[in-house]
Amino acid sequence: MDSDITHAMIRFGFGAGGTAPASTNPRDWLHAQLKGPDPALADPSFANLPSGADALQARRTDAVQRKRILAAGKPLKGNFKPLSRAMFLGDAKAQLDWTINTSAPFRERLVWFWANHFTTSIRQGGVEALVGPFMREAIRPHVTGNFTDMVLAAERHPAMLLYLANAFSVGPNSRAGLRFHRGLNENLGRECMELHTVSLRARYTQTDVTNMAKLLTGWSVNPQNQPTGFMFRPFAHEPGPQTVLGHQFPPGEAGGIAALRFLATHPTTYQSLATKLAWHFCGDHPPQATVDHLAAVLTDTKGDLGAASAALIDLPAAWQPLTKIKTPFDYTISLARAARITNAPVGFYLGTLRKLGQPLWAAPLPNGWSDHGADWTGSDAVLARVDFGFTAAARANSTPPMDIARSTLGPLLRPATETAIATAGSPREALAMLFAAPEFQRR
Amino acid sequence: MNIALTRRASLLGLATIAAAGRAKLALASAPTEQRLVVVLLRGALDGMAAVVPYGDPNLQSLRAALVPPQSALLDLGGFFAFHPALKNLHALYQKNEVLPVHAIAGPYRTRSHFEAQDFLQTGIDQVGITSGWLNRLIAELPSGGVTGQGLAVGMGMPLLLRGATPVASYAPAGFAKPSPALYANIAALNRPDPAFGPAIAEGLRAARFDHATLDAPSMDDDTDHTMAPPPQAHGFPTLARAAGTLLAAPGGPRIAAFQLEGWDTHGNQMNLLHAPLADLDAGIATLRTALGPAWASTTILVMTEFGRTARINGTHGTDHGTATVAFLAGGRVAGGKIRTTWPGLNPTKLFQNRDLAPTADIRSLAKGVIQAQFHLTPAALARVFPNSSDAPPMGGLLRA
Repeated sequence: MDSDITHAMIRFGFGAGGTAPASTNPRDWLHAQLKGPDPALADPSFANLPSGADALQARRTDAVQRKRILAAGKPLKGNFKPLSRAMFLGDAKAQLDWTINTSAPFRERLVWFWANHFTTSIRQGGVEALVGPFMREAIRPHVTGNFTDMVLAAERHPAMLLYLANAFSVGPNSRAGLRFHRGLNENLGRECMELHTVSLRARYTQTDVTNMAKLLTGWSVNPQNQPTGFMFRPFAHEPGPQTVLGHQFPPGEAGGIAALRFLATHPTTYQSLATKLAWHFCGDHPPQATVDHLAAVLTDTKGDLGAASAALIDLPAAWQPLTKIKTPFDYTISLARAARITNAPVGFYLGTLRKLGQPLWAAPLPNGWSDHGADWTGSDAVLARVDFGFTAAARANSTPPMDIARSTLGPLLRPATETAIATAGSPREALAMLFAAPEFQRR
Repeated sequence: MNIALTRRASLLGLATIAAAGRAKLALASAPTEQRLVVVLLRGALDGMAAVVPYGDPNLQSLRAALVPPQSALLDLGGFFAFHPALKNLHALYQKNEVLPVHAIAGPYRTRSHFEAQDFLQTGIDQVGITSGWLNRLIAELPSGGVTGQGLAVGMGMPLLLRGATPVASYAPAGFAKPSPALYANIAALNRPDPAFGPAIAEGLRAARFDHATLDAPSMDDDTDHTMAPPPQAHGFPTLARAAGTLLAAPGGPRIAAFQLEGWDTHGNQMNLLHAPLADLDAGIATLRTALGPAWASTTILVMTEFGRTARINGTHGTDHGTATVAFLAGGRVAGGKIRTTWPGLNPTKLFQNRDLAPTADIRSLAKGVIQAQFHLTPAALARVFPNSSDAPPMGGLLRA
């Protein structure tokens, strides 16, 4: 196999899997994946998944149900079957299956990259049913669109509004604030600046954060509002204009939107995004010229993510040897693709990701999962990968291990690994060697 | 091997600890009989909720709804009191084995969790540092830098323990285990790799040590159960029991780092803070029990990246602040009192009219502990905490 096409499949995707690239030119193959809307959204497997509003309704039904069971003096165990959990599992299955089988893996890597940039997590805010809709409604539609649109979709989505507790933040001088003596929760105000847009590079002050939180007061949720469930509640909105990073924004829903538009197009936002993209696709500690180039593309196109993704393909740094350590997610997906595992239930993947330290949609903190190899190469984590490779090898189809190795790694397969596979005691042991080989851990 | 590993995991109750749990542990060996345990509370503990300055005349006007009733507070001598969930710490305080240090903060003021957590672990107020101060400490111990047997339970090595000195970790992941021969072949295949070669070798060594120590007859039989912890909520007590057993073992690890989550109480703080505080409290008591006689040579440092706003926010919680509380606990700790220069809560005394003002530097506390515990020279201490001459080590933290 051509070494550039292998490189493209591993660096920009999740390794061999799906339909083999139609084009023999890896750059053409990658560029083609950036055209048109996300194919997942039109796939039949996505057709019956819930909207954000549906998920909010399920969340409410669950709360009522739970209360009713407890009031009747019955144990939750055995009696309480939360709809939220079922929705979580349905979305996990559809989206993981899509990622494992997709023939547009670069597109899919971008989806998970941006979902991690705008982390929502089931660890906080009761958003179990909402994390799936968030991916489909706030992230997937904008991966090759404009960054500002993605910022607005993400910050206005109930998954984010509940995860970072903005749904209950009240302007102290709003009607609700004065009547009920409620006030601000600045969690989303801070993280939308620090993590999602301008970053600490912008040297904003505490006052900027507080003012941003005031602009976002009233941004809340309502299960009646299809599709996403967003609702602006003027009753809770802080009156008066607010200044953020030296710019004044009017009160009202439009003020928050204008402020997010300003933040999304700020120069330090582009620097921050360029750094993260380069780090993700070109390896840890990317060259400064690479970061500068991506930042310039983002600046020139006012945040066109399709253009930035296309620029990645043409970066010399993206075609340097594959030294980046796969995250547990990348490792799991690439292993499932390589081994053509088709019979595993969603619980197999959820359990694996949990045991490897990266449970699905459950990052510990709003800054998401680390994209730094050193965070994933503790000896515990590495041994767990080895054990998983051995476990999963039992599920592989009957393709000879050497064929799997060659179609997955092509010319990157080291002679030592080839020998280890050839001399292994069984097909399962041969695959365990492949999945534990250093070249299979890199992308 | 498979059966033994499963047995070891069930012995420790570790089968119930998922990677998604809120507690993580890493351990490292070091050439010393002194034990140091660092507990990182990730997410910013509200210091004034844990150690309540109820005697301050401005407390009620700032945060009445966050102050438990006087009758529930655990008094610490007339001005401060522990949160009602800190029962075991209160008992240890009365034995002079707990020292709260109040109004303390790192040198950073950004109120960013992520940057502040990194600084807390690197000990250096500068981005991009890749080694933690505990790792640098191990390198400064006599014949330091040896690759010893170490292990981690739960996934991931915290920045605190990363660096030039190799530290192993091991997690009972619950996957099928290859045979020893296949492990050996996999180790050989990875040997030339700079990241995976050492990691696999250390992991296998750790697994064997872990195995030998924890499968030995239980050391619990002759320890005192007077401070038996309540049932665990977030997993810290379970990990604490494992850590205590290993830290106490001859030739076992000597350094432990826990990371506990659940402190970022932007909303509904009164309800949400109780469980993590009770978990912290139970875990410290469990460590003491599991350490047995080794408690006398153990110091526990509990710290968090910053404090929270003095005033209650709009959702019955608190937002990111500045100064907070840290704790020392252990057999040698000069406890039974509060260490603080209390800045007061008059709004004119608050940092930026918002947060408890810092009057002590967290680096001074950490430096004071390791200097007293390991008798480091000033030069060695400066290598562990470079560029920290503005934060001299605190004295009088441990009894001689």
